[in-house]
Amino acid sequence: MRQILPFAVLAAVAVAAFYIFPYNLAFLTRVTIMMIFVLSLDLVQGVAGIATLGHAAMYGTGAYAAGLFAIHVWHDPLAGLAVGAVAGAVIAFVSGLFLMRAHGLTLLMLTIAVAEVLQEVANKFSDITGGTDGLGGIRMGRLLGVWKFDFVGQTGYVYAVCVLFLVMVLLKVVIGSPFGLALRGIQDSQARMRAIGTPVARRLLASYVLGGAGGGVGGALAAQSTQLVSLGVYSFQLSAEAVIMLILGGTGRLWGALIGTAVFMTVHEVAASVDPFNWLFVIGALVLAVVYAVPQGLMGLPAEVKRWIGRLA
Amino acid sequence: MSAGLEVRGLNKAFGGLVVARDISLTLRPGDRKALIGPNGAGKSTFTNLITGILEPSGGEITLDGRDLRAMSEAQRVKAGIAKTFQITTLFRSLSVRDNLRLPLWERRGGTGRPFRRAGGDAWVEAEVEALLAQFRLTDVGDRPVARLAYGQQRLVEMAMTLALKPRILILDEPAAGVPSSESPLIAEAIAALPADLAVLIIEHDMALVFKVATRIIVLVAGAILTEGTPAEISADPRVRDLYLGAKHG
Amino acid sequence: MTTLASILMDGIAYGMILFMISVGLSVTMGLMRVVNLAHGGFAMLGGAFTHWAMAEAGLPFVPAAVVGLLAVMVLSVPMERVLYRPIYRMGELPQVLATIGITFIMIASVNLWLGSSLLSIRLPAAMSGAVDLGFRTLPTHRLYVLGAGVLVIVGLFVLIERTRFGIKLRAAVDHAGTAACLGIDTSRIFALTFALGAGLAALGGILGAELLPIDAYYPLRYMILFLTVVAVGGLGSITGSFVAALALGVLDTAARYLFPDVGTIFFYLAMIVMLGLRPQGLMGRA
Repeated sequence: MRQILPFAVLAAVAVAAFYIFPYNLAFLTRVTIMMIFVLSLDLVQGVAGIATLGHAAMYGTGAYAAGLFAIHVWHDPLAGLAVGAVAGAVIAFVSGLFLMRAHGLTLLMLTIAVAEVLQEVANKFSDITGGTDGLGGIRMGRLLGVWKFDFVGQTGYVYAVCVLFLVMVLLKVVIGSPFGLALRGIQDSQARMRAIGTPVARRLLASYVLGGAGGGVGGALAAQSTQLVSLGVYSFQLSAEAVIMLILGGTGRLWGALIGTAVFMTVHEVAASVDPFNWLFVIGALVLAVVYAVPQGLMGLPAEVKRWIGRLA
Repeated sequence: MSAGLEVRGLNKAFGGLVVARDISLTLRPGDRKALIGPNGAGKSTFTNLITGILEPSGGEITLDGRDLRAMSEAQRVKAGIAKTFQITTLFRSLSVRDNLRLPLWERRGGTGRPFRRAGGDAWVEAEVEALLAQFRLTDVGDRPVARLAYGQQRLVEMAMTLALKPRILILDEPAAGVPSSESPLIAEAIAALPADLAVLIIEHDMALVFKVATRIIVLVAGAILTEGTPAEISADPRVRDLYLGAKHG
Repeated sequence: MTTLASILMDGIAYGMILFMISVGLSVTMGLMRVVNLAHGGFAMLGGAFTHWAMAEAGLPFVPAAVVGLLAVMVLSVPMERVLYRPIYRMGELPQVLATIGITFIMIASVNLWLGSSLLSIRLPAAMSGAVDLGFRTLPTHRLYVLGAGVLVIVGLFVLIERTRFGIKLRAAVDHAGTAACLGIDTSRIFALTFALGAGLAALGGILGAELLPIDAYYPLRYMILFLTVVAVGGLGSITGSFVAALALGVLDTAARYLFPDVGTIFFYLAMIVMLGLRPQGLMGRA
């Protein structure tokens, strides 16, 4: 029951949002896709403790793979999603082979470098990727051969929410598995994990590949719903914002990733439309307030509030 | 060739600095041996050579006649060599039960599987409960390790290592940092270890060493000074010199 | 031959700027163990104050630069105390979040104050011309940058190796806990070091405005660049930062001259190779 209740709430929120904001489905879809991306980051960073500022490498690769697949091979959305997941996993595997030996600042910088190199490569091969103009002309077939992608974005939204549920359930399973516990153990103490005979580098690589597949799914969904892939899919800004959203919500607990993404993107959207010149103040203040008041992220808010009340009493 | 750990003529040097000099010792099933020596004698180096954190410059290490030198740290654990940490190294954010589950799964090669339920293996759960009972930790089983008393953390440390079902157990200063009020807990836990296990204890607390070890090896400057029963060792003037130092002479 | 000389001259000048901005970051990251993504903000603030002093207050370049430098150092002290001190004990990720937040506030502040356009800093005639060395001419600005860079590294060495402050700083970098036990006031060392690092960044920002133009988004645009110098040089190492800054400066300049259409890929590949070979950085401790 305790496992199912949050999912029911999530479903209710997704349905309510659909009816309350029928003209903001594009934004809601973007939030949903970002949630998937941040969830995949949570597995890598929150659970396994791999510090990264280059998760866009997987998102971007998934986006280009799904886009190119739709244009040149087949316009089926689900097949494109699978292609995006595999592409994200492959790039995570290849880069992870050398990344997983590094730590701390070095690791952060190397993850940044991987995403930047991929962006440059995408830029150079502009006859394939469209370069700075972006990869356009992505047409989507009917979802499961039944539902057409409409202009308002109803199909796109429902599709993204369904994928979000799927990713969420899968990650719940992974985190609750012996493998997931081993990842948390690695984050606590690599030395100890080695001492109980765990091949630490292999487990980290596996988590990176799984997270890469999730990131690829996010990118593929973005490509499919906007029908465009720009070089920005590899940007440092995307990687950094995902990290902000994750820490904002709270790491390692999945629901934190969803809350952080929803709060950050909503505040961002509202602040930028109210005051397009000074919205960065609001974001900065939000971020600082969370770090100094609730270092555990918004998920830690109830416990923190309890502590404050306890101090008053 | 016989059962147990066999170390012959082990050497290790870092550049010109020799930290292990021609060390030989054996650990047979049921042995309770202690390795003592002053700080910097090379005790930690020796355990690191056995567990595979360091590579020896020369000499042989075999387990039941199998050469260990080519094996990685993880492979040696699987072969049956396990060690507790001198400085408590636990998964501090995880519960005691989860701390014990991890080595048990690892023993069965199970932490590589991402799509299984963690609590679903009845065999593992039964082992966890048995270990908790053995080390009297049942009441605190669901508490995060970081919130246990230090003596209890040392017990978790031992329980975790034992969960690997080692045949050779190296206890690296099991009582280090434990307040004297809690140290009987440690002695009791060591006394209750399975009889057929080979145990090597590295410890500064001589009271504990004399209580649990049947043979004592004295290491000085990377080489074995002497080996004997507790009675022989406590009667050895060289050992007394070592520990009483200048005051004696 | 001329191309080679130009590459070296521009590259070394660029490297000196990178060094001035990054060295404070390296030392503070090594000393306080804090991942500080906001450091480029001090370079930007130095440039912004200087721009303001020249454009609004009508000061000539040198006094305006002094104003910019001092303003940043004065501002950095309360910032260290209020914003940074609470995060020293936090993990890597909250530090990333906090310092990104600080970066956002810096950007938004400059944006509100001076707008989002380019904040030009006009060099005086004495610095903007070219010098005729007989066999060839060199842009004077590059020579000034070179001179300033050499002064900074020599000054830092004297400070670190020959003064009591330097001894305490080295002790604190090696082991903050032990240093505190020896009665060294580490929190004062932290504050002074932070202010010094911020000041050097401001100096680099002002002198380097021709190469790295100042505007509100400067701290985000060049964040990766400065962090790369620190990572490649090795955390907490002044010599490492110097070598890394010069190497990356020359390399990046050479790539721009010789393969203009390759973009920044060369820079990042170089970083990957260097960090792959030496994960602790050139002069970092293992």
